[in-house]
Amino acid sequence: MKGPAASGHPDLTSLAKDEQIAQRRIRARKWTIIALRIAVLVFVLGGWEVAARQQWIDPFFFSMPSLIYQQLVEWFTNGTSQGPLLVQVLVTLEETGLGFLIGSAAGIVCGIVLGRNKLLSDVFSLYIQIANSIPRVVLGSVFVIALGLGMASKVALAVVMVFFVVFGNAFQGVREADRYMIANAQILGASKHQVTMSVVIPSALSWILASLHVSFGFALVGAVVGEFLGSKQGIGLLISTAQGAFNASGVFAAMIVLAVVALAADYLLTSLERRLLKWKPAAF
Amino acid sequence: MNQPSGRDTPAIQFNHVSCRFISPDGHATLALRDFSMSVAKGEFVAIVGPTGCGKSTTLSMITGLLKPTTGEVRVMGQPVDGIDPRIGFVFQADAVFPWRTVLENVAAGPLYRGRSKAAAHDLAHEWIRRVGLDKFAKHYPHQLSGGMRKRVALAQTFINNPEILLMDEPFSALDMQTRTLMQDELLQLWSGNAGSVVFVTHDLEEAIALADRVFVLSARPATLKNVYEIDLPRPRVTSEIRYEPRFVEISRQIWHDLREEVKIG
Repeated sequence: MKGPAASGHPDLTSLAKDEQIAQRRIRARKWTIIALRIAVLVFVLGGWEVAARQQWIDPFFFSMPSLIYQQLVEWFTNGTSQGPLLVQVLVTLEETGLGFLIGSAAGIVCGIVLGRNKLLSDVFSLYIQIANSIPRVVLGSVFVIALGLGMASKVALAVVMVFFVVFGNAFQGVREADRYMIANAQILGASKHQVTMSVVIPSALSWILASLHVSFGFALVGAVVGEFLGSKQGIGLLISTAQGAFNASGVFAAMIVLAVVALAADYLLTSLERRLLKWKPAAF
Repeated sequence: MNQPSGRDTPAIQFNHVSCRFISPDGHATLALRDFSMSVAKGEFVAIVGPTGCGKSTTLSMITGLLKPTTGEVRVMGQPVDGIDPRIGFVFQADAVFPWRTVLENVAAGPLYRGRSKAAAHDLAHEWIRRVGLDKFAKHYPHQLSGGMRKRVALAQTFINNPEILLMDEPFSALDMQTRTLMQDELLQLWSGNAGSVVFVTHDLEEAIALADRVFVLSARPATLKNVYEIDLPRPRVTSEIRYEPRFVEISRQIWHDLREEVKIG
């Protein structure tokens, strides 16, 4: 052994060198992962394209990436059969957003009220469990009949989809609030209202925020299925029109548009979560 | 004699108190049986006993979070009715609020009690300085060590200037060195506050080092087994006092008493 080890103590320059090597290794690994991810994408999309062109799978039913791309370009440049693509996206987004806001607000309020009241929660928990186990998408048909082809029926379906998820999490979050923390606040002089505002809600917040991630997806499903069942505009209608015309590329293209919307929303919710939960340790 | 709050009224008084728990599935257990004691104003009392004998139950009854089944608990001469604002409580578990900074945690009490934000923060800064956390006012609890979090809990409690301080094994989760430091810290804060303290612990040496009197409880259902006067001079330094012959002697005496109960428990 030579150098620092010979003297028995690694000196500072050798530490700096070790650090450099370690950092280079970390960077290299990061790039390897990115490269591998791209490779997987190319492999899957390329395989699909090749399989369709070689007629291993029928492109009429399963489409192929180049056709989907063409469809997207056409929608962007010439608009869809129902009008410009952007309008369709905005309509669906509006339904989703409204449903999400109303559903999660109602879910949070009900969850906190029931979570703080033992009797109410014992009485209602059974029914909420039952309601939660029913496939709620079916209600879409009822809403279309009752509320018509307009926006209201889609918002209603999105609300129902979101409400139970958020409610369940808010309720659980409230029940999990640490009883020592509540006792501590009470002894420090907090009223019941102050306990709710300063202990129960903050401790339920991480539960609630976690549910918002999932429930935005549910709101989107509610809105799209609602449009599917009967509407005059929106991405759901786009999909159902494409389905009616045996246009597989149209279905896939609409799916991609939906995915972009969902990813953007998820990004926004994640940054909101970071801001609200900055008191939490970083590693979780 | 409706307002008996003279100098000689005990701060805390238990008159033949029994406490029975009903579990959610309807089973009853007796935690405390015919328990009587009194704590004078400004007195530091420690309660020791075997694990799970009902030591913490006594504290809950002083705060009013728990009602005695029979008998009576009086605080400052008045029967306990709800949470008395003159009481402070330091918990065994971490009960500081993790979503609040040190400053906001310490300021919680005055804010709950209706002080303005500015006044509460001023006061909180003063207490944070007193427990030696000046540099950490803007930190969140998860960024602090266990000992520092306990200091936050102490500041949070002392800021309300409690006349009665209840402590439920507050230092049991700390390592030996930190615990000794915190004991000294507590004695120092207490000497400036002059309230009564009821300190529940399973650590006999801790009880002797801190208290004026040590109450030994029997195994469950707990009742008062013996009371020991600790005639060690104050001010005490807990890290040194444990080597004094008198300390060792008292410790041996109480341990002899406690051992039988631990065996039963």
